[in-house]
Amino acid sequence: MSSDAKKVLTGPIVDNNPIALQVLGICSALAVTSSMANALVMSLAVIFVTAFSNLFISIIRNHIPSSVRIIVQMAIIASLVIVVDQVLKAFSYQLSKELAVFVGLIITNCIVMGRAEAFAMKEKPVVSFLDGIGNGLGYGAILMLVAFFRELLGFGTLFGIEILPLVQNDGWYQANGLLVLPFSSFFVIGLIIWAIRQWKPEQVEKD
Amino acid sequence: MSSKKETFGGTVGFVLAVCVVCALLVSFSAVQLKPLQKANKLLDQQTKILEASGLLEKAGKDVVKTYNEFVVARMIDLDSGEFIEGDVINFDERRNSRDKALSIKPESDLAGINRRSNTAVVYLVKDETGVIDTVVLPIVGSGLWDLMYGYVGLESDLNTVKSVIYSDHKETPGLGAEVLNPKWKALWPGKKIYNDAGEVKAKLVKGGAKANDIHGVDALSGATLTSNGVTHTLQFWFGKEGYKTFITKYRAEGVK
Repeated sequence: MSSDAKKVLTGPIVDNNPIALQVLGICSALAVTSSMANALVMSLAVIFVTAFSNLFISIIRNHIPSSVRIIVQMAIIASLVIVVDQVLKAFSYQLSKELAVFVGLIITNCIVMGRAEAFAMKEKPVVSFLDGIGNGLGYGAILMLVAFFRELLGFGTLFGIEILPLVQNDGWYQANGLLVLPFSSFFVIGLIIWAIRQWKPEQVEKD
Repeated sequence: MSSKKETFGGTVGFVLAVCVVCALLVSFSAVQLKPLQKANKLLDQQTKILEASGLLEKAGKDVVKTYNEFVVARMIDLDSGEFIEGDVINFDERRNSRDKALSIKPESDLAGINRRSNTAVVYLVKDETGVIDTVVLPIVGSGLWDLMYGYVGLESDLNTVKSVIYSDHKETPGLGAEVLNPKWKALWPGKKIYNDAGEVKAKLVKGGAKANDIHGVDALSGATLTSNGVTHTLQFWFGKEGYKTFITKYRAEGVK
């Protein structure tokens, strides 16, 4: 793999993270991060959709009339999202019940549209595909990190396995009810952005 | 091609082509995956019913086989309490309760369900010797956020509770969603739905049920509205607009 391709793939994970730096796709990050399993499935779904929407849009980029390009991008993204939703329903009914609404909302996830418009419309298919995977990974990394803290401190579990025994189950850990609620992700994401910018000061915006 | 792409005809043609390709992709995946989705949904339902009848542990991985061996689904008419013929496999309580011809508006809508299907599917569970020892009845009622769907497993006297299992709900995680906590579910076995006069007495008790209370179960802490919802759901479904007619008839006549 050339260094360019590698940069496209791994850049969005920390250096150009869609959530932490570009602050895109926050709404779904709030909703699905109450458990690690949900966050993992959501991340995989977004990786799939961004990668393939980037690929397909890049393949036909020279033929898309500019007057309808956003609609064409939406149609492709929406079709991919429906496919993901159907696959989820077929193979993991339990998760699809919990994620149903949020999977549908991948269509409006700014990361997918943003990458299609900003990257896939200009670049070649293979590198666009990698960019899609990279941005999906960046999104997924933050999602998993947020879900880690929320599930561990909010439920005392990770992937449903008990780590901190809860008071209700005769343990010692009093679950943090705040972290169970969606808006607590704001705090966690805020702290993560702060931590990344401490580590990489060049990400701090100039006034 | 690129010179043509901005013309009116070129644009319409391109959009149509994209639509056709996308439509093919979507319909192909929907049609191909339909059987798997249906099987999954059924498996989910059968798992819950086995859990409600206490057979889930015995079933292990073989849910479908155990279900087919021990469980008989029968349709009943809620008003007359009679067993009736009907398509139990495709029965959908949610669809029926939206259809004015197939449902009624309950006089006292304790459970907050708005409309109630005229028919219901009940699950008769046999033991090893083929005698029915458990009856699983589906219930539905409003919780805090939305309707909560579940099953109540009853011993063969149709009064002693074997289990209360919720299958589908949107309650707050950590509070109302504790209806799924095994510790709470373990409080139910042995509780009685009715008192000697035939009144529905099963309820959740705020602050904890007394040790000798044969009807009450601890309410969920921090989830008063969910707890009230569960109590009202039980009161409705075991009352006269719910399964009471069926239960009375069943006790007198057994399965026919």
